[in-house]
Amino acid sequence: MGNPNRSKAEKGLMRWVDDRFPATQMWEDHLSKYYAPKNFNFWYFFGSLALLVLVNQIVTGIWLTMSYTPTAEGAFASVEYIMRDVEYGWLLRYLHSTGASAFFVVVYLHMFRGLMYGSYRNPRELIWLFGMAIYLALMAEAFMGYLLPWGQMSYWGAQVIISLFGAIPYVGEDLQQWIRGDYLISGITLNRFFSLHVIALPIVLLALVVLHILALHEVGSNNPDGIEIKKNKDEKGIPVDGIPFHPYYSVKDIVGVVVFLFVFCIVVFFFPEGGGYFIEKPNFEPANALKTPDHIAPVWYFTPFYAMLRAVTYPLFGVDAKFWGVVVMGAAIAILFVLPWLDKSPVKSIRYKGMICKIMLVVFAVSFVILGVLGALPSTPGRTVVAQITTTLYFVFFLAMPWYSKIDSTKPVPERVTG
Amino acid sequence: MKKLLIAFVCALLPVTSMAAGVKVDLLPFEANLDDKESLQNGMKLFVENCMGCHSAKYQRYERAADDLEMDKAYVEENLIVGDKKIGEHMTIGMSAEDGANWFGAPPPDLTLEARLRGDAWVYTYLKSFYVDESKQWGVNNKVFPDVGMPNVLQGMQGVQVCKGENCEEFELIEQGSMTPEEFDKAMYDLTNFMSYIGEPSKMVSGKLGMKVLIFLAILFVFAYLLKKEYWRDVKSGSWREKH
Repeated sequence: MGNPNRSKAEKGLMRWVDDRFPATQMWEDHLSKYYAPKNFNFWYFFGSLALLVLVNQIVTGIWLTMSYTPTAEGAFASVEYIMRDVEYGWLLRYLHSTGASAFFVVVYLHMFRGLMYGSYRNPRELIWLFGMAIYLALMAEAFMGYLLPWGQMSYWGAQVIISLFGAIPYVGEDLQQWIRGDYLISGITLNRFFSLHVIALPIVLLALVVLHILALHEVGSNNPDGIEIKKNKDEKGIPVDGIPFHPYYSVKDIVGVVVFLFVFCIVVFFFPEGGGYFIEKPNFEPANALKTPDHIAPVWYFTPFYAMLRAVTYPLFGVDAKFWGVVVMGAAIAILFVLPWLDKSPVKSIRYKGMICKIMLVVFAVSFVILGVLGALPSTPGRTVVAQITTTLYFVFFLAMPWYSKIDSTKPVPERVTG
Repeated sequence: MKKLLIAFVCALLPVTSMAAGVKVDLLPFEANLDDKESLQNGMKLFVENCMGCHSAKYQRYERAADDLEMDKAYVEENLIVGDKKIGEHMTIGMSAEDGANWFGAPPPDLTLEARLRGDAWVYTYLKSFYVDESKQWGVNNKVFPDVGMPNVLQGMQGVQVCKGENCEEFELIEQGSMTPEEFDKAMYDLTNFMSYIGEPSKMVSGKLGMKVLIFLAILFVFAYLLKKEYWRDVKSGSWREKH
């Protein structure tokens, strides 16, 4: 905004606005004078990409809502109406369905970036917590959205997930009924999921994204070296290793956006079903409460947690194994929230951590991927054993962290960012 | 670390390959939506042979006529049953209740059948009826055991029986109105049409997709050069004087 070529009229208008609203100040605080470390690598594209996908979901969602019928009788047919009779309706729908999967792809990579470089650590605990809340809201949003096409997998996938609440002793049955609003998943359930999917959760998501970014801009971004650029400022008070987000990272992120869109569009235009993982085949058959599909698998982004649920096969304290499965699944997500307080390493970034931390991170990532594969497959005794081992490793990564992160060797952290 | 990884993958492999379980080998099938003649013939076969009992209730006649480059007057005269208009869906008169009474279950709507089960499944299914006197309609199907549907294709295909203990092969003991080659072609066309009605947008999505990808590829060049130009200031540190 400090453009010297600006005309007098423009300056006057801007001053008029600034006297009434902090437009210039916001622009500077969050873009042109927000100093980000200059050593961001490949992993730092996924934050802005998540924002892009969010916008895509909202825009395509608005247009889909214009033609969608949220009733048990009309939902399935209205999706086919969108696919066939609405101009570019098929494109809107595939952008939205592919966008849902893309959202989780970029969010998982974004979270893994945080794990690698210690972006959750002091002073960024709140950024991590807001981020985790976004992840939770996103899971709820995706789950409810998946019911809306009212296909067989929509119906039975929702049936399985809602039945998890039924595993809770004493209140389970009533809780399930309260969620469904009916004795079984019906048009009533569809209506409330529609309402939550298009109004309540998007509002929550947007609010959380604002909080996530505000917290980030308050403390400043971490970087692959995990050092604080604010500790080293020049005479003007600008971090020596910092560069203004705009224009340097805005032009860089555009490159990331174009590459992302290229891959995204290959899926949207040529493989919208994502090999049966983005849109599952049984969903081309309308929901039928009387006909259970042979194999019910959740969408791929839920499969790691689904595998953990199924990995628990022992009843304990006289309570069903399914309940403990739900507890394990819940704990797997809950434990991510306390991560900032589990890492006791004197350094933030994996670059300067020792061998133990590196191995643990790889074991964790591999376990998570294996769980994801297992959750998509029908279970067999052999697979259950693998799921039990990988579930254990998933938890060991977190629970043993206070110990191994403390005793692990470290490399000296440089004063200035590298590369 | 690598060893551990490999061990993990190995532990997983034998279980995944068993995942498929017992399955009938499907015949290879590749849809060709550019072959309008095949699709037109497929539509004709669909209307004549399938629509006695099955609807395609999400597909409009007009859309098919447009996409398959058929004359609308021809479609109205020859392919539309009853007094329906060309803009209407390809529905049928038979009620689901009657269907359930006659066949045990109402014949399913076929608009999305090829998407639900796959093109190759449909193609194989159509060719896999064989004589089985123990069944209600005197026929059974290799890929859909105990199917409630009579073999309406018998007039074209002829009479097919199983050979081998587990029906490894079929034998045509009586030829129908078509030679085996003609029948194969007809079933290809029919499946091709069913593949089309499953996802009519495929007619345009590939072509539009190519244009979008070309645009993005060009945009990438400019985006990359723009980034490179700006970042020269970062590399040299000269951005500080400009701000």
